[in-house]
Amino acid sequence: MRLRLRPMAAAAAAAAVASPIIPSFLHPSRRFCLRLSLSMPRSTQRCFSSRSCVPCRRLTTVAASAKGDIEGVEERFDVIVVGGGHAGCEAALASARLGARTLLLTLNIDRIAWQPCNPAVGGPAKSQLVHEVDALGGEIGKIADRCYLQKRVLNLSKGPAVRALRAQTDKREYAMEMKKVVESTPNLFVREAMVTEILVGNNDKVEGVHSFFGVDFYAPSVVLTTGTFMSGKIWVGRASMAAGRAGESASQGLTENLQYLGFETDRLKTGTPARVDRRTVDFSGLEPQHGDEQVSWFSFDPDFHIEREQMCCYLTRTTKDTHKLIKDNLHETPTYGGWVEAKGPRYCPSIEDKIVRFQDKESHQIFLEPEGRNVPELYVQGFSTGLPERLQLALLRTLPGLENCLMLRPAYAVEYDYLPAHQCSRSLMTKKIEGLFFSGQINGTTGYEEAAAQGLVAGVNAARHSCGSPLIVLERESSYIGTLIDDLVTKDLREPYRMLTSRSEHRLLLRSDNADSRLTPLGREVGLIDDRRWDLYQSKQAHILEEKQRLKSVRVSGGDLAAEVTLLSGQPVKDSVSLESILKKPHVQYNVLDKHGYGNNLLTRMEKECVEIDIKYEGFILRQQSQLQQIVNQQHRPLPDDLDYYSMTTLSLEAREKLSKVRPQTIGQASRVGGVSPADITALLICLETNRRKASERKRLKSQRSFITDVNDLNSSPVLTSHAVNSN
Amino acid sequence: MALRALLGLHLHHLLLRRNPKFHKFPNLFNPKSLIPRSRTLISRFSSTVCSGKNLILTKDERAGTSGTVEGSGTIAAIVTSLGGGPAAVGIVRLSGPMAVDVASRVFRPAKRNGEVPWRPRSHFVEYGLALDLEGNVIDEVLAVPMLAPRSYTREDVVELQCHGSDVCLRRVLRACLEAGARLAEPGEFTLRAFLNGRLDLSQAENIGRLISAKSVAAADSALAGMQGGFSALVKGLRKQCIELLAEIEARLDFEDELPALDSSILIDKINLMWYDVQQALDTANYDKLLQSGLQIAIVGRPNVGKSSLLNAWSKSDRAIVTEIAGTTRDVVEAHVTVQGIPVTLLDTAGIRETDDLVEKIGVQRSEAAAMGADVIIMTISASDGWTEDDKKLMEHLQMNQMSTSFATPIILVINKIDCAPSITEELFEVDTGIFKKHVCTCAVTGQGIVELEKAILEVRGLDSIPAGGRRWTVNQRQCEQLLRTREALSRLKSSICEELPSDFWTIDLREAVLALGEISGVDISEEVLSSIFSKFCIGK
Repeated sequence: MRLRLRPMAAAAAAAAVASPIIPSFLHPSRRFCLRLSLSMPRSTQRCFSSRSCVPCRRLTTVAASAKGDIEGVEERFDVIVVGGGHAGCEAALASARLGARTLLLTLNIDRIAWQPCNPAVGGPAKSQLVHEVDALGGEIGKIADRCYLQKRVLNLSKGPAVRALRAQTDKREYAMEMKKVVESTPNLFVREAMVTEILVGNNDKVEGVHSFFGVDFYAPSVVLTTGTFMSGKIWVGRASMAAGRAGESASQGLTENLQYLGFETDRLKTGTPARVDRRTVDFSGLEPQHGDEQVSWFSFDPDFHIEREQMCCYLTRTTKDTHKLIKDNLHETPTYGGWVEAKGPRYCPSIEDKIVRFQDKESHQIFLEPEGRNVPELYVQGFSTGLPERLQLALLRTLPGLENCLMLRPAYAVEYDYLPAHQCSRSLMTKKIEGLFFSGQINGTTGYEEAAAQGLVAGVNAARHSCGSPLIVLERESSYIGTLIDDLVTKDLREPYRMLTSRSEHRLLLRSDNADSRLTPLGREVGLIDDRRWDLYQSKQAHILEEKQRLKSVRVSGGDLAAEVTLLSGQPVKDSVSLESILKKPHVQYNVLDKHGYGNNLLTRMEKECVEIDIKYEGFILRQQSQLQQIVNQQHRPLPDDLDYYSMTTLSLEAREKLSKVRPQTIGQASRVGGVSPADITALLICLETNRRKASERKRLKSQRSFITDVNDLNSSPVLTSHAVNSN
Repeated sequence: MALRALLGLHLHHLLLRRNPKFHKFPNLFNPKSLIPRSRTLISRFSSTVCSGKNLILTKDERAGTSGTVEGSGTIAAIVTSLGGGPAAVGIVRLSGPMAVDVASRVFRPAKRNGEVPWRPRSHFVEYGLALDLEGNVIDEVLAVPMLAPRSYTREDVVELQCHGSDVCLRRVLRACLEAGARLAEPGEFTLRAFLNGRLDLSQAENIGRLISAKSVAAADSALAGMQGGFSALVKGLRKQCIELLAEIEARLDFEDELPALDSSILIDKINLMWYDVQQALDTANYDKLLQSGLQIAIVGRPNVGKSSLLNAWSKSDRAIVTEIAGTTRDVVEAHVTVQGIPVTLLDTAGIRETDDLVEKIGVQRSEAAAMGADVIIMTISASDGWTEDDKKLMEHLQMNQMSTSFATPIILVINKIDCAPSITEELFEVDTGIFKKHVCTCAVTGQGIVELEKAILEVRGLDSIPAGGRRWTVNQRQCEQLLRTREALSRLKSSICEELPSDFWTIDLREAVLALGEISGVDISEEVLSSIFSKFCIGK
């Protein structure tokens, strides 16, 4: 064990030096708290945070001199984020923006916010995550809006809740833009380092991290976002090497350290397809897929709605030759050859999986997507494979349009360590080590959006933890972010987790159009939404509200509008009908009102869409809301953290084991733990109530007893007696 | 540590002074919770945040007030014992935040108009009628509202005291379930009483044991009931629902990878499922009839042969038969079995204007019997034809039915056909709309009785059950699931008819799956996903 001054001791020393009354080192964090909770405007935030650095430095000097300048300058922060991917960036940005002095440690500063797989952001359920992160003041949506190559709205006709935006992005531009934001954010410091050890102090509290080259960084909160790097190993055919991604070294040693600290780790696998040279592809016979003419946006901030020229994607298909080549060489793939056991995601199967499992399907769709405006690389979507590199080019050339293609990067699979997330609570803080947070792929997810969502939550909570504020938990019913985290920490997941709309029980309420009205007030309260954004938000809500009232009050009789509505909906239109009831009719959209001069020109397209959804689906939305409310009332009852499930003999044995492992925070979460039956929940409720009664009974007895003792004392002590007499 | 606590206190006051808004969640800044004590800290935080209700579940600001939704479900059950012979009175108990709401949909107080929402006074007994959702009278009941917290469960409780027969009780319970209540789990009233602090600790531990034992027993019996045909039906329906869900959901989550959905095939499937559920419910109906039977009232003018008909049907001399009009003065019962269903025949006094006091009471009873019966047999005499008195009597019956808005099916029996063999119903001025069926009988020879039995089964919708066919029994809980499934499928059909986007279809499909899966209670999302991944080649 290295000689290291405990921060508490250092703090005490600092306190003694600085001020005899109130310890000076606590000043910054006190201010930090204040600002957090009062959600002051951005300008004030800056002023607080810049000042907050000063005492920190003083503290550092004191601590270092106490050690006699042996180890040089000690680096002390409020929050350390390990990893600069999509989770790490959001975490670091959120934390720094909340005023916490934040250090972002990454293996390679040039790879910050890299998109190692698909050059795209969004899609069903994922786009909801992006909108939610943006509503909370996160960055992913803005960067995607800034760097898109193509945008499309999916599921347009399938209902407002499943409508999804997807953007093809310029991979390099994306990483560069995010890096710029990270580098220009006050309070945020970036450093290259490979973290090999978590420093843990007394009481299982995190104190910082230790790097491969022997430097210690100190902070009361540490966020781990290791992605695919922890003991990462990439595979091409039978050949493998230690790497987090192709060409980047893996992070070694941290897994063992985490295991030593008592964490359970496991292994997952995912893969990425080959990249081909666009200049060698013949697009003439391929079906083009263009972007939407009317571009939609991830961010609710109109400052980021800047249109740019779009690029085209292309569709090709597997052929008989493709299938034959794969079937002939199955033994050469890791899964069918049997030398890789880690589980890959079901929704991201390799091409050999598709062909083996769906024998009767003669052809599979393959998408060709550009990776950037200035690079020749094409991403071959749907064509990831474990075949050795020598077969990969031949395989690519079986696809129409790619007959003469050149390969730029081979497809490969990556295996990495993750920590089953039941070891975290829903704040993403680990249950074992206070102040240690996990987010992103380390929790077993896939996808940039899932990572960003967790990153934001972990970043906010890391900052709050550092200053002693209560941590934030987003309930399952509040958002896709909440659903994602609840699933992660509650269910025992053993394959990479991807967000899907069907994972949410109340997706009709968790739409992208209302992500801001669901979450921006929280973002404001937390301190991530500045005055400008807040004003924009409020005026948008006011517009929507006013418009809904107007539609309710304005009535029309007959005329062109009525005629067209009758035609569209196939339903008669009564005389003196309100615009609201017209909008409720099937196939009648807001633009019909616009067309006949009954619309409101002052509204933006988004605002009109919100109004339309609120009115058109009011009945369904209300029904879901009341169902949700019932669930909330039933399930949000908190469970004490120290429950001894093993002593509850009325619970089934399996339930006792699973509940002890997951340690759910609410009754609802308990009911979602696999192996816990409704009867177990009933039994649990009874145990809780019994415990409560016993506790209050004990309290009553105790107070009675102490009263009796008091009375005895009173009698036995002449002084007190006289005092009592006097007071009478 | 002490310093931090001091700071916490300091902070606390500072905050409260600086920002008055903070009184909303003072608990968050409880000085105690600022003392960092490793893990317990987290839980304290999260539980404070939970109860602080401000940070966790964010409200959709646009949605505004979501109305008066509350409560963890309102439960209903028959709380008096069933099956042990008819008791005088039976009780259906409702408990939960919506108890009054549900009761007001089922109970119509005699004193006021049915239109006004029922606003009960706690612990104040009211007399009235129990209606099903279509407004048909099911029973006369006493409603005893016991509003929270002055009730057994400390929730709003409404007890409906019904007639003691199983039929009445089950009908009233079913009406409550249709009106939005959920069938109580075994011991759930007691559980709620306990959880709401009603029972003392010494009782509590026993309840724990009792309830877990009961849940196991209930699960066992539920599983036992799920043997054979019924289980196969429910499982089959559930599987179909999951498959449909997978079809739709796959296209929502993996839009551009799958061909579009053929909605007409989907609609056909849903229709088939709806039909299956309806059939199962009919069977449930049949099952209940097997247990409790049908009541059939034989009414008509005096001396048209009602008593003879009863005697011929029951192959007995149960009723006294004379040539004198008005012989039968009280309601006479006889029991027969029709296709395995126990049937109680009620022979009634001939209905006519009379000055005879005893006969007058008899006539009143006849009318009451007719009101309470499942089927009414209106008897006329073939020799007299459709008389003015018959017409009056019919009008009278219809008036009664109108006042209760309860349409008991009526079968016209043309008795004494032997006296006028050539007569057919066209010869009578019969408004065919009133009668569901007509049958010609001869009480003396027993001619037409078989046809009459068939007609009865037909008007009660029992003929579609193949006699030797399904033999599984559907209990109340299973029936509740089927009801919920049917409602969900009906809503689904209307969503499709209104051409709502496909996402809205999944809402009700999920509900159907939930209802059908109540007993096994598995995680739907995972099942749907598995179905999607096994069925479709998905993933880029």
